[in-house]
Amino acid sequence: METVTIKNTEVATKVTERISGSEAIVRCLIAEGVKIIYGYPGGAIMPVYDELYKYKDQIHHVLTRHEQGATHSAQGFARISGKVGVAIATSGPGATNLITGIADAQIDSTPMVCITGQVPSHLLGSDAFQETDIVGISTPVTKWNCQVTKASQIPAAIAKAFYIAKSGRPGPVLVDITKDAQFEEFDFVYEKCTKVRSYFPIPKTDISTVEAAAKIINAAKKPFIVWGQGIILSEAEEQLKAVVEKAGIPAAWTILGASALPTSHPLNVGMLGMHGNYAPNKLTNECDVLIAIGMRFDDRVTGSLSTYAKQAKVIHFEIDAAEVDKNVKTDVAVLGDAKASLELLLPLLNENSHPEWHQQFKDLYAIEYEKVIKEDLYPTKEGLTMGEVIKEINIQSKGEAAIVTDVGQHQMIACRYAEFNKTKSNITSGGLGTMGFGLPAAIGAKMAAPEREVVSISGDGGYQMTIQELGTIFQQKAAVKIVVLNNEFLGMVRQWQQLFFDKRYASTEMVNPNFVAIAEGYYIKARKVTKREELAEAVAEMMASKEAYFLEVRVEKEGNVFPMVPSGASVSDIRLE
Amino acid sequence: MSTEKQLYTVSIYTENNIGLLNRISAIFQRRHINIESLNTSPSEIEGVSRFTIVVNMTEVNMKKIIGQIDKQVEVIKAFYHTDDETIYQQSCMFKFRSNLLFEERNIQNIIKDSNARIVTVNKEFFVIEKSGKKEEIDQLYDELSVFGIMQFTRSGRIAVTKDEMKITTLLESFNN
Repeated sequence: METVTIKNTEVATKVTERISGSEAIVRCLIAEGVKIIYGYPGGAIMPVYDELYKYKDQIHHVLTRHEQGATHSAQGFARISGKVGVAIATSGPGATNLITGIADAQIDSTPMVCITGQVPSHLLGSDAFQETDIVGISTPVTKWNCQVTKASQIPAAIAKAFYIAKSGRPGPVLVDITKDAQFEEFDFVYEKCTKVRSYFPIPKTDISTVEAAAKIINAAKKPFIVWGQGIILSEAEEQLKAVVEKAGIPAAWTILGASALPTSHPLNVGMLGMHGNYAPNKLTNECDVLIAIGMRFDDRVTGSLSTYAKQAKVIHFEIDAAEVDKNVKTDVAVLGDAKASLELLLPLLNENSHPEWHQQFKDLYAIEYEKVIKEDLYPTKEGLTMGEVIKEINIQSKGEAAIVTDVGQHQMIACRYAEFNKTKSNITSGGLGTMGFGLPAAIGAKMAAPEREVVSISGDGGYQMTIQELGTIFQQKAAVKIVVLNNEFLGMVRQWQQLFFDKRYASTEMVNPNFVAIAEGYYIKARKVTKREELAEAVAEMMASKEAYFLEVRVEKEGNVFPMVPSGASVSDIRLE
Repeated sequence: MSTEKQLYTVSIYTENNIGLLNRISAIFQRRHINIESLNTSPSEIEGVSRFTIVVNMTEVNMKKIIGQIDKQVEVIKAFYHTDDETIYQQSCMFKFRSNLLFEERNIQNIIKDSNARIVTVNKEFFVIEKSGKKEEIDQLYDELSVFGIMQFTRSGRIAVTKDEMKITTLLESFNN
């Protein structure tokens, strides 16, 4: 087979020549501005790896230790940067190992392009070695996917993939490319995709809906904003702040909306949902107008729908028309991009302040503080709490760190107590609740934003689901700060067992390895803290480290996360103990 | 909006794409909605396919499903209509032993009265075809079943709507 040797970038981008499909794949990625990809080689994707070797000065390939790690790293990359994350894998098991990350990206609207190798087209359907129907398997969890069997189809497929992943409500896409298409030569031309005939990424905003929304908001006595990731995805942080401030509306966030408005903002009244703050949950059922922006009324946010905000007029700003009236019936739906819609809304709003309404939030916060927060952050008991660890990280990072969490108790505590000064600072698996997300996502986040402090916070359970990615951290010299809050339990499940299954702790007790030794085995500086007096100094040492650092904190074994809206209960039945 | 279940005809205009049937059927399957019948065909527009799917569900849920279908990248537009809003037909075929034609005089009357059509006759068997509403086909089946049906098959519903679909206008707006 003839090979084309490209000496430098200029030649690579200027000359249109006959190249192989595999080289075209790499050239397409370069044309899309991709500089880092995450993946794992294998038989059906080897021609692409051969080209990556050739183009290693232009694209940095990160060898993760498992394909799932590649997807979560690509997600972390996307979430902190707003760019498309890219993951690459071989056929069969390589491809199926991507699925958890793809499903996570789908439910959390994360732009990601996955490229998989596939057996040669003449073997499709023959149960060939490492053949799996990845297009069929990934269909329900991708925004779009396709299989390419001819080299000439590669540029258009990849261009379309990037366009679809990033535009409108973002999501993961998968392009499956047969090995013969990778080898085949063709005349390469790359054109970015700017439209797909059947696809309207951003619905047209009807100005009359914005006017109707403004009229309702201006007449409201107790307006309440609940925002989600849509604010971050459309980069509408400033517009949200302006609306909140001008109309004097208390605003609360879904877990994926965290950090869009600084934690310290006086009108930021906290997190919604099952383990959110007391006031925003309670007062959801007291507001007269509920203004949802870029959020989808997930069941973890709403609790029982039959008792959710029934007294309120509901306004929904949403880019995905299928989300309107899906869970909560709206009075006014404003379709469109959050940023553009809020810009239209702002001049129509009256300046307002609702001091008595704000006071209701403050009063309930005071109750939550006394019953929950005080003991979480300033414990009087002997055992270390997860909350005080987060508080220490807040103090020492001055609220500037990006917090990447896994799933479980530590996640809820981190999101409740982390201070966020900057947007795109909370990277977590919200919709899918993927244990094992945190560590690899932190790698992607750190590589996308090396100037930022990235702190990965996991529990002892989820950490061990993708612990192998310590190898990636070591090999890439990614200066991720890794905190494991170890309670020797699968804490959230144990909490439910305690509350709802008569303390029958079925398979939730963890007998753990020596985590410090494991981190040190990967040549990562490591330390374990068991006493309160050591905590501040250990966090300081971690923060001061220029390299990756592992900190295990032994926290109380049977701590619980409160407040809590029990599954299926109303948000106003939120429990403080 | 009606909260009672009823039959809806879903019409979906799509790009012609290999994986799309899988993607669309998964939307129903995931929500435990049984597809009563499904038909895919070309549409009035070159290069655009049309799915006709019949489901039995509430209008509230129908609207949500249409939203989920409509947001698929390669779906141009999805609609739902009640029976009153569409002209619809199904087709069916019966295969019988040929001697019945001579031994059972009544069978010819049934064929004639039901507006069915004889497609082919040979020494061993003959085939009749009938298009119409499901009820008409069911009735014909009942009447013919006494003679011993060798084979029977019925197609999915195909339907056109009384209202205009305006797909061409929509496609033009995509292009601008």
